[in-house]
Order: sequence, then C-alpha cells, then structure tokens
Amino acid sequence: MRLFMNRLFLAFSTVAAAIGLFFLGWILYTLCAKGLAGLSLHVFTHDLIEGGLRNVIIGQLIMSGVATLIGIPVGILAGIYLQEYGGNSKLTEFIRDLSDVMMSAPSIVVGTFVYAIVVMPTGHTSGWAGILALFILMVPIIVRTTDDMLKLVPVELREAGIAIGASKYHVTMNIVIRYAKAGILTGILLAFARVVGETAPLLYTSGSSEFWSTDLTGTFPSLTVSIYNLATMPDEEMVQLGWTGAFLLTTMVLIINLLGRYASNKTRR
Amino acid sequence: MEILFKKLTQLSASLLFVILAATTAVLYLSAKPAIEEFGAGFLFESRWGVEEQVTMDGDMPIGVTESGVELSDDDFIDDDDDDFISDDDSEAGSGSREIYGALVPIVGTIFSTLIAMLFSIPIAMGIAVFLSEIAASSIAKPVGVAIELLASIPSIIYGMWGLFYFGPFIANIFGGNTVSLLVAGLVLAIMVIPFMAALSRDAISTVPDMLKESAYAMGATKLEVIKDVVFPYAKSGIIGSIILSFGRALGETMAVAFVIGGVYQFASKVTDPTNSIPVVLANSFSESSGMSLSVLFYLALILFILSFIVIGAAKFYFLRRK
Repeated sequence: MRLFMNRLFLAFSTVAAAIGLFFLGWILYTLCAKGLAGLSLHVFTHDLIEGGLRNVIIGQLIMSGVATLIGIPVGILAGIYLQEYGGNSKLTEFIRDLSDVMMSAPSIVVGTFVYAIVVMPTGHTSGWAGILALFILMVPIIVRTTDDMLKLVPVELREAGIAIGASKYHVTMNIVIRYAKAGILTGILLAFARVVGETAPLLYTSGSSEFWSTDLTGTFPSLTVSIYNLATMPDEEMVQLGWTGAFLLTTMVLIINLLGRYASNKTRR
Repeated sequence: MEILFKKLTQLSASLLFVILAATTAVLYLSAKPAIEEFGAGFLFESRWGVEEQVTMDGDMPIGVTESGVELSDDDFIDDDDDDFISDDDSEAGSGSREIYGALVPIVGTIFSTLIAMLFSIPIAMGIAVFLSEIAASSIAKPVGVAIELLASIPSIIYGMWGLFYFGPFIANIFGGNTVSLLVAGLVLAIMVIPFMAALSRDAISTVPDMLKESAYAMGATKLEVIKDVVFPYAKSGIIGSIILSFGRALGETMAVAFVIGGVYQFASKVTDPTNSIPVVLANSFSESSGMSLSVLFYLALILFILSFIVIGAAKFYFLRRK
C-alpha cells in the first residue's frame, strides 16, 4: 500500500510537470511558428505605418534604455545606502519592505500614477511619461539586487580598506562595488529584461505611434503597446505583424536573461 | 566628497519612499471625487456607467438606461459619458446621475485569480517536486533553467496565445465563449506556473540532505519523505511563493485583457465573459475624464490596496522563516 501510494504520487508529480511543460512548450511553439512566418528584412527596415516594426522596436529600446540609465545610479546608490550606511536600523528595514512592496505592485497602477502626474497636466502621452513609469518599476529591482549583492561582500574586505586609511567612499566605490560588480550587472540586466516586456504601464503613458520618432516629449512608439493594438485588429496581416513583434520581443527578453545568467555564472568561478 | 556621497545615497533611498507615498497620495486625491460620490457602496454596486434619473425627492430611479453594459468591444466607456457628468450636480432637481460600481471587476479579479491558483498550485508543486526530488540532475538542470526563462516571458505573449489558441481550445471542450472567466483564469495559471515552480523549487532545495537521508534510512518512501520532511521544512517558502504568485495574478493586466471579454456583467457560468480591475483600467483610461476617470482611479486604489495586503502576507511568511 505504501509503495503503491508512493508510485501514485511520483506518477502524479511527473504528470503535473509534463502538463505544465506541455502548455509552456505549446506557447513557445506557436510563438516561433507564427512569429517566424512573418519575419523578414522588411520588418526591420520599415516603420509600423508601412508594415514594419522598426520604429516601435527602437522606441521600446529607447524608453527602456533611458529608464535603465536613470534607474542604475538611483538604484545602486539606494542599495549602497541600505547596506553600507543604513546599518540595521528600523528605517533600513522599512525601506527594504517598501522596495519589496513596489516590486510586486501591479504595473498598471504605476501607469495610472504616471498618467495622473504627467499625462494629465501636459495633456498628452509622451515618451518621458513612459520612461518614468518604467523607471518606477525597475528601481526597486535594482535596489534589492544591489542590496543582496553587497551583503555577500566579506566584512574583512571593508575593514582592510578602512585600516589602510581609505575613506568610506573609496572603500565602497573601489572595493565593495568592484567585488559585487558582476552580481549587480546581472540584476541590472534582469531588471532591463523585465521592463522591456512591460505593456500595461505604457498603454496610456507613452501610448504608441506608427511613425518614426525620437522626440521623447511626444507620443512615443512602443513595441508592446503596438503588439496589443495589432493583435486586436480584425485584419489578418496586422495580426501577423503582431505575432512577429511578439516573437522578436520574447527573443530579446530571453537573450538578455541569458546574458544576465552568463554574467552571474562567471562570478561564481 | 565623502559627505556628498552619503547624502546622495540617502536621497536615492528616500526616493523609494517618496514614490510610494506619492503614488498612494495621487491615487487617493484623483479618486477623491468618486470616493465622495459613491463611498464604500462602490465596492458592492454592480452597475457600471449606468445613467440613473434623479428626481426632486432624491434617488428614485425612474428610467435606467444601460449605456455601458452591453459593449463587448474595446471601448467600454462611451465617449458621451462625459456629457452626462457635466450636468450631474448643476441640476440637482431632475438631472441624471451616473452610477458606477466596482463589484463586477472586483468579483472577476478575485475569481480569475482563484481559478488560476486552483490549477497552478498542484502543477507548480508537481514541477517543483519533480525537479528537486524525482528527476535525474541531467534532466532537472536544463528543465529548471527553461522554467526560469519561461518565468521571464512578457505577459502579453500569454494573453495573445490565449486569445488565438487557448481560448478556442477551451471553448471546444467546455462550450461557451472563446473569451471567458475560465480562459482568463487558466491563462493566468499557465503564466504563474513557471514563477511559482521556480520559487518553490528554491524553497525545497534549502531542505538539508541530512534530514532527507535520515528519513530514507528509516525506510520511508519518497512520498513520505516529501510529505513529512520536505514540505514541513520548506512550508513557509512554498506558501510565500504561492502568495507572491497570487499577487502577480491579481494585478496582471495584459494576459487577462485579451481573454476575459471586458464586459460589465457577472459571469453566471465560468465560460461567460466578465471583467477584472486591471482590464477595466487598461481599456477605459484614455477615453475617460471627469467622474468616469475619477472612478477609474478609485479602482486603481482598490487594486493597489489589495496587492499591498497580499504582499504584506507574503512578507509575513518570509519573515517567519528567518
């Protein structure tokens, strides 16, 4: 009886795993089959208005990129504060809890917030509004990874730095950060991968445009928002373009993730 | 330099607090007109964008025109909603008043999340146990990496797949619509499975081998080891992973927006379309103004508070582990 139950349970877990993997495999299969079907050079060389995706891909990268560029210093500095200056005070714990809360806050709520403070006063959607929304989403991720990575730096290293008379600033920047560099880089890449695929906070902050634009003060082309719009259109061709966009987006996100993984594997050696 | 640097780090850290406080404050202030208008009854009112005649005596409904109910396409809030709002209070005598209630999207959100949990928990646990206890490491390692990568796929992909493939698939089996509460719940389930499985596997892998080996040495079967040693030890981590996944499903917009239907009515069967809070927000925001916009902020505030509670619960469990 015991052995039978055991078999039953093992079979159940294996079947559950198989079911889960089957659906996930199905998604990837559809994505590749549909996405590759529409993939051509045309997609990369033309804007959305001409049936390509060039402007929206670049637009998405610009917005996520700028959000990351602003997010990196803020996130790392806040992480440094938590680990190096904050000590074990209640305030530090409180800020840690806050960043956890922000990390799991629904991204659509961030969108509504940015809509209220940027889009409503200015009266129109803009690239900057999208950047702000993505920035708010990614900062807590960078803060928490920096915090965790700095925690791994041996105290002896800091003490050695202080002992030879280096200031805390020098110890932090030249010893602690250098030691944790690869881990932080992984965190940044993962944060970037996360925001690059975000749709909900961009829907009404950046909107999306069919035309080429590098003007961040106006409505800005976004890949994810365009995929959403294209997929809900009745036109077959548009839906096909949506799938191609979805395929490219997923490929992008997975590659960035693999890069992040590679960076963190290198540190462990 | 030293002091400047310290100040900078402090500033960055406090920025987190500022953003969170500002979000709460802005949402509350923007929702204030709606909160004052509808109060807590908003939570239990099932009509949305319905115009109600207001007579001299008070709130006697004479004719109720269902303006926002039967829309099934993308634009749920009529543009002409705005016209009604302007004469809301100016003609307190016999004007018409728009009734908004959050009950439909709240119920839709909670039920789609519960359906998602119902299906994802056993499957994710199965995967976690399979990866950590059953499979040989030559299989467990690549599958584990694949699961982690799948957890990073943008949610819009799940939504699109749900709309074009999974929805029709479910409709073939159970009948009903290709967009429905059931499809939304199942797409959410599939979306959170990799996330939940990866977190649970991490929790299970913290169980010391020594404990498991002792149990095996006593003659326990794998089931007994997992049930009596592994799960109790990793319990808080596993529960934490479930709560985090719950929070993720609760606030998910894109995966649901494609497949829930977005109509303001209760689903009498699970195969009926309904609505959820994030989807209402995603679909109606850009076309709203005045009171209808304020109502959306009210909804956003409710969602924010809901997710706040969920994360609080997750933190509580994680903290107890330490």
